[in-house]
Amino acid sequence: MKQFTSFIRKEFHHIFRDRRTMFILLFMPVAQIIIFGFALTNEVKNSQIAILDNAKDADAASLITQIGNSRYFNIEKTLYTQKEIDEVFKLGKIKMVMVLPQNFGSDLQHFNHAQVQLIADASDPNVASTLTNYASVVITDYQKRITNEKKLPYTINTEIRMLYNPQGKGAYSFVPGVMAMVLMLVCTMMTAITVVREKEMGTMEIMLVSPVRPLKIIIAKAVPYLLLSMINVASILLLSVFVLDVPINGSLVLLIAESILFTLTCLAFGLLISTVTDSQQTAMFISLTGMFLPTVMLSGFMFPIENMPLPLQIISNIVPAKWFYIIVKNVMIKGTGFNIVWKETLILAFMLFALLGLAIKKFKIRLA
Amino acid sequence: MRTLRFLLQKEFRQIFRDPAIIRIIFMMPALQLIILPLAADYEVKNIQISVIDHDHSDYSRRLTNKITSSGYFKLSQYTGSYNAALNNVEKDKSDLILEIPAKFEKDLIKENEAGLFVAVNAINGVKANLGASYLQSIVRDYNSDVRLKWIQMPRFSPELNIEVASSNWFNPHMNYQIFMVPGILVVLVTMVGSFLASLNIVREKEIGTIEQINVTPVKKYQFIIGKLIPFWLLGLVIMTIGFVIARVVYGIVPLGSFLTIYAFAGVYLLAVLGLGLLISTYTSTQQQAMLLSFFMMMVFILLSGLYTSVDSMPEWAKWVTRFNPVTYFIEVMRMVVLKGSSIADIKNHIFILLGFAVFLNSWAIINYKKRS
Repeated sequence: MKQFTSFIRKEFHHIFRDRRTMFILLFMPVAQIIIFGFALTNEVKNSQIAILDNAKDADAASLITQIGNSRYFNIEKTLYTQKEIDEVFKLGKIKMVMVLPQNFGSDLQHFNHAQVQLIADASDPNVASTLTNYASVVITDYQKRITNEKKLPYTINTEIRMLYNPQGKGAYSFVPGVMAMVLMLVCTMMTAITVVREKEMGTMEIMLVSPVRPLKIIIAKAVPYLLLSMINVASILLLSVFVLDVPINGSLVLLIAESILFTLTCLAFGLLISTVTDSQQTAMFISLTGMFLPTVMLSGFMFPIENMPLPLQIISNIVPAKWFYIIVKNVMIKGTGFNIVWKETLILAFMLFALLGLAIKKFKIRLA
Repeated sequence: MRTLRFLLQKEFRQIFRDPAIIRIIFMMPALQLIILPLAADYEVKNIQISVIDHDHSDYSRRLTNKITSSGYFKLSQYTGSYNAALNNVEKDKSDLILEIPAKFEKDLIKENEAGLFVAVNAINGVKANLGASYLQSIVRDYNSDVRLKWIQMPRFSPELNIEVASSNWFNPHMNYQIFMVPGILVVLVTMVGSFLASLNIVREKEIGTIEQINVTPVKKYQFIIGKLIPFWLLGLVIMTIGFVIARVVYGIVPLGSFLTIYAFAGVYLLAVLGLGLLISTYTSTQQQAMLLSFFMMMVFILLSGLYTSVDSMPEWAKWVTRFNPVTYFIEVMRMVVLKGSSIADIKNHIFILLGFAVFLNSWAIINYKKRS
């Protein structure tokens, strides 16, 4: 036991004496939470648009003012010819052009019917469709304002309630994702690299000839990273509760227990990588392509899984982060208990034992 | 000049004798360009809906049919109890609940007004908003169907009406992949450039071979340039492979000229490699270098406008994007590939990147010390 604790102490020294690495490991989740929380939104606001006003009458002017006053749009430019539209789009800043036809005002006054054309730069399809939608809403509002809205017969009113996230904050879906990403990074990549590093430096040989059993050497490697991960979980949770106002609706104990389970799975994966590679560079690229990319892409946190082609949907099932993401989303945001997430927990536990078994089986006591 | 030639010879040998690097060069573009664009589909479809029907009338059934036949929604549950529906939402089996109250049909016809209740799982805000607005427009359609049945509409619209016609330029089919693939190409070139370059010098430090270089008369700038050129070429090769894949798999051919793209990529790679070299002069182990470049790349890529538009970021984040080389390349790539912008359209971008390149590389040269 004493040997074992001194091995753990050695690993802690490795981590603590490398200030730069430590700083990045502890600061990374903080930076991620801040970037995701404040900088990344799919919401579109203050988009730069241009107006091509062929009508130049009072009605056109008042519609343009209404568009300019909405918080979604900034009118950056007034165009004079159709040809200019192509030019401003090619410069890249203007995302949409609203074209008012020549007799906008008189059509509206005499025929009760006028046309507005919206031309969007659809090189980003999402922004284009959102902008078109928003502009249509503003135009409909304008139309309502100038008619005195009469109540129509046979009206169906729809009342909409947003469950779990009434303000529509992006943070609710990414906090669980960031947790999965950071834990994965710290555990898988760092463990894989530290073990391989000992191989590369030749110090692995020294440890293997010590009286400590190889299994204990490996466990000693994992313990400090488990601890570091828990610190990261704590800082992510604290930041999300106090800075982003994302509540923890379910049981904290359950959440932490599940995090430990996921961390262990990641550690096992890291160990497995370390047993099959010999150089740090390879270990890093395997953990990047084998773990990080799938976690970002296939866990459902950046991109909706149900939109993916079937083969990818099937592959997504073997990504541990997918299950962890579902668990955290349920426990933390929806506030559900263990009865809802037991299946996902079982899957993670199974993955843990499979990976650990493989890693132990592949671990070579003798050097080549 | 002769010194540089020998240095280059050494670097190329080092690269080509490492099978891991060769594998990475060909695997990474293929893997990322084939899988990522397929996964990165933000379009909202297949929204699972639970319908709670308390009315069981002809009208409520017709509404349900109209919703499920719209193509956006899939009926996951048709039930009589709210709790059963909520339970389904908790299990992520449905995203949206529509509750049709009892006496829906009677209220609509006799009282001229009926209500519907919709609850949306809003954890994913974008999906929730889009789902709710699709549903609303279907209900509106349904509503006007009902009206048409009961009242005769006059031929000319009695109320004022502004018709909105919208058209989408450059990408009329709203194909998300045409938008994502050029961006992912940028990420690819960036990752390869910065990771490999930053690991390279540190590796020499860790193995100890840098001592051997330090005792030779090789000048600092020669050493850095000798490291720079191979990776610069490697970056361009990877981009070419990427374009071939984009052409074969997605049928994407840039509207603008390749010359514009390669000219810009050449300048861009200098900047990114400069950053990689700078990182390697500040770190002493591969682990540190990896982690540091990984961290910086993550921030750069997330704040580059690849996934979310820069316009909707807060002011401070917009400031960060101005010092982020990745942002410029993604913008340029999309402009040239999708809109056919010419070199004149992107000249500002080129000057800014040139500035980055000179600044980062000189810093790296100054910071590289031959004495330890």
